[in-house]
Amino acid sequence: MSYSLLSVTYIAASALFIMSLGGLSRQETARRGNLYGIIGMLLAVLATAFGMNAQNAMNVQGTGFGMLAAVIIPGAIIGAALASRVAMTSMPELVAVLHSFVGAAAVLVGLASFLDPASHPTGTAGTIHNVEIFVGVFIGAITFTGSVIAFLKLRGSIGGKPLALPGRHFLNLAMMLGCFFLGYQFLSGGHADGLQPLLIMTGIACLVGVHMVMAIGGADMPVVVSMLNSYSGWAAAAAGFMLSNDLLIVTGALVGSSGAILSYIMCRAMNRSFLSVIAGGFGTDGGTPAPKTGNEPVGQAKEITLDDTVEALREARSVIIVPGYGMAVAQAQHPVAEITKLLRARGCNFRFAIHPVAGRLPGHMNVLLAEANVPYDIVMEMDEINDDFPTTDLVLVIGANDIVNPGAQDDPSSPIAGMPVLEVWKARLVVVMKRGKGVGYAGVDNPLFYKECTRMLYGDAKKNVDALLGKLRD
Amino acid sequence: MKIGIPKEIHPGERRVAATPDTAKRLKSFGFDVLVESGAGVAAEFANIAYTDVGCEIAPDARHLWADADVVLKVRPPTADEVEMLREGGTLISFIYPAQNKALLDQLAARRATVIAMDAVPRISRAQKLDALSSMANISGYRAVIEAANNFGRFFTGQITAAGKVPPAKVLIIGAGVAGLAAIGTAKGLGAIVRSFDTRPVVKEQIESMGAEFLLLDFKEDGTGEGGYAKPMSAEFIAAEMDLFRKQAKEVDIIITTALIPGRPAPKLITTDMLALMRPGSVVVDLAAEAGGNCEATVPGEKIHYAGVTVIGYTDLPSRMASQSSQLYGSNLCHLLDDMGKNEKYRVDENDEVVRGALVLREGRLMWPPPKPPAPLIPQKPPEAAKPAAVAHKPKAASRGGHHGPPAGEPGSPLPLLLAGAALVGIGLGAPKDFIGHFTVFVLACFIGYQVVWNVAPALHTPLMSVTNAISGIIILGGMLQVSGAPTSAATILGAAAILLATINVAGGFLVTQRMLKMFRK
Repeated sequence: MSYSLLSVTYIAASALFIMSLGGLSRQETARRGNLYGIIGMLLAVLATAFGMNAQNAMNVQGTGFGMLAAVIIPGAIIGAALASRVAMTSMPELVAVLHSFVGAAAVLVGLASFLDPASHPTGTAGTIHNVEIFVGVFIGAITFTGSVIAFLKLRGSIGGKPLALPGRHFLNLAMMLGCFFLGYQFLSGGHADGLQPLLIMTGIACLVGVHMVMAIGGADMPVVVSMLNSYSGWAAAAAGFMLSNDLLIVTGALVGSSGAILSYIMCRAMNRSFLSVIAGGFGTDGGTPAPKTGNEPVGQAKEITLDDTVEALREARSVIIVPGYGMAVAQAQHPVAEITKLLRARGCNFRFAIHPVAGRLPGHMNVLLAEANVPYDIVMEMDEINDDFPTTDLVLVIGANDIVNPGAQDDPSSPIAGMPVLEVWKARLVVVMKRGKGVGYAGVDNPLFYKECTRMLYGDAKKNVDALLGKLRD
Repeated sequence: MKIGIPKEIHPGERRVAATPDTAKRLKSFGFDVLVESGAGVAAEFANIAYTDVGCEIAPDARHLWADADVVLKVRPPTADEVEMLREGGTLISFIYPAQNKALLDQLAARRATVIAMDAVPRISRAQKLDALSSMANISGYRAVIEAANNFGRFFTGQITAAGKVPPAKVLIIGAGVAGLAAIGTAKGLGAIVRSFDTRPVVKEQIESMGAEFLLLDFKEDGTGEGGYAKPMSAEFIAAEMDLFRKQAKEVDIIITTALIPGRPAPKLITTDMLALMRPGSVVVDLAAEAGGNCEATVPGEKIHYAGVTVIGYTDLPSRMASQSSQLYGSNLCHLLDDMGKNEKYRVDENDEVVRGALVLREGRLMWPPPKPPAPLIPQKPPEAAKPAAVAHKPKAASRGGHHGPPAGEPGSPLPLLLAGAALVGIGLGAPKDFIGHFTVFVLACFIGYQVVWNVAPALHTPLMSVTNAISGIIILGGMLQVSGAPTSAATILGAAAILLATINVAGGFLVTQRMLKMFRK
């Protein structure tokens, strides 16, 4: 395959990737977008395989394809198995673990590129090549370990609480300085001496990744996952520079900026700066440690029985459901979807309100609801639906807390002050489904529970929703 | 313990302090309930309805008052009733302690313990036993019904074969509980509803009920202690009267609910305004008992003035005795629930709610209660102003959000300068080959930035898994490395990289496919 043909194929693949991201902007075109991505990837891999074999025919003596097949086929099988087995509720874990693969691959590519005797330019080009390797390995290592920790946290293998080591900012700084120093050694020494600083730096970068994600709380996971997504892109771009491959650069840059934007959107949805999330130590599971302010909500939460909830559902002409992470944990999306079907058939204006940071992954709730066959045109974003709460008869809050906390709006001393929230308390009646009574949960107290229009339905969300469904059918 | 429900003897009073439903709840708290024969008849509850839920029936008032440990009433007791109250007994009722000094002395002489339902503090926790709000809600509803009953036209606009009917215009002055209930009712009947209040904080509540908030172009906040209104300055009142005069010419119905605690009701509708109103219009004055908001109001009566019907009934809740008895009875149930039901019944002075409502304790005067150390509610105005500003900003920011990239923050040129300097640095130092790649890189970043902003938030998870699959493009890096000898370190590392990247590519694309298949309309 000639060089020009290879380049043209790469251009086509880049264009397909851009169209793929563009296609995802709307539900109608999203599946086509995914298809573009697949075609682009196939083109890129095939072109590279043929190009490589043509260029290096004498080196590989025809074994190149065999070798590729030997690693690609098992890889594809493992990937497919992962993808088809995973439950939609554990999407965040899958995404995180896949990010770690990209990170690990970037580290391996960087090391291989350093060891490859065939590619050693000298002079300025050599220095730049070395910088590229160094940076690529650094980003790759952080992505790798960071994603592994994120995966373990999302699975619950490690607690969601942020790990706040004493002087952790200092620790980070020291590790970064160490990497800089090793980088200097790596660049100034000869090629033969380079391997040692490179490997030590890889180790330190791995520690940085672990420490960084350990310090971030469970509630901030959407930001972390999208940030790691961004890093995996930058790692690929760095590998592109290293190997002088434009397709890698383009794709890496696309993924990198996409992840960065997602992180930015998530941060804004929580009204926090990106730096304060990354610096860590904030989002504990389910909320933040509330400082004693004297503005504690006064009052008493009123309970409601299942029967009364059913009654309210039957009578309501407009219902909005606000799902949160609790719904995902309890796997309650399927009975919720059944209730949706039932009430919509009775002519009820039934909708869902999704807060941008509901769940542990951007768009997590949408995926769960889609899995349960909830039509996407009744699933609304916060900005679309916030004005409709005053005219709503009944709001069901299922396993959500901070995203419906009125304290964010009217208590300037609240730790989440200023975070945009769903204004559910403006509805006529709000039923909050919650696992346990207010006492003992760590985090911000929620004045919503004491509002006059709020009733609490305690218990496991799945059981309660199942019971509601059963009674509604009778 | 035995709870007694006497028949109300005030002329025209139809309410009763417990309905069969609330009596059943009292029974479930462990109390014995004794009901005077015929106590609920005026509210459509027969004796048998009470006996059905396990109440005893006392043949007359004397037996009832003598037997009951706690007497629940609606109206303040008369002198005769106090005489019947058992020595050291307990009475829970409306008392109005500020206006009824003589009654208090008489009750004190009998060493009674008295809890005034009208003195329940206005705090969130006490809302479920706030009887004044329950009654105000009913008054607001009934005021509209009375107005409609005396108004010769439809409330709702209609276009019929016989011609067009314009909707009635209703002005509601004072948007407290009664005012808001009136807004809701009038709106439900199809009228055009406007409302005015001196407290700007209620604007949102008025609008949430579907009425138009009449704005007075005058800066003065009428929010007083406990969420009630306070007296306003003379200039404000003049501006307010101008507004009412203008409205009087336009509206068909005026419902006034303006009350300032402990003062006579402000006179808001003068006789000259009544003259401006169309003949057949109706004014309902809910402040009639406190002297009335309208100059022509006669408390307790319906009169006609210059062709306008002015209704000054003071017994609106009593006119809906079944409903108001039920709500008042529920308020009493909540109070007794908070006081420990039958088993742990006690008058706890450390309970803010009970302390606030406690008037006499075994004959000792407990009213008025000491001021709470840190009054929460009077601080409200500054507090309410701030969050509005806080809440507004992020909202405006997030509005623009999903529809396009935000315009760069105006102001600091520093980042731009730094970027420029970095570009110059790269331009001076880097070889030609690198510049080519760098151009591609920067342009790709911009394309990514533009494309991703358009992605719907609902698709963020698929976006993430697709970009994740695409970032598996690192596979090319691995492939370019395996070109060496099969046993070289570079080749082995490269092969491992390919394996990892392939898992990523296959997994990412397939899971996205699975997810997207589920999204359907």
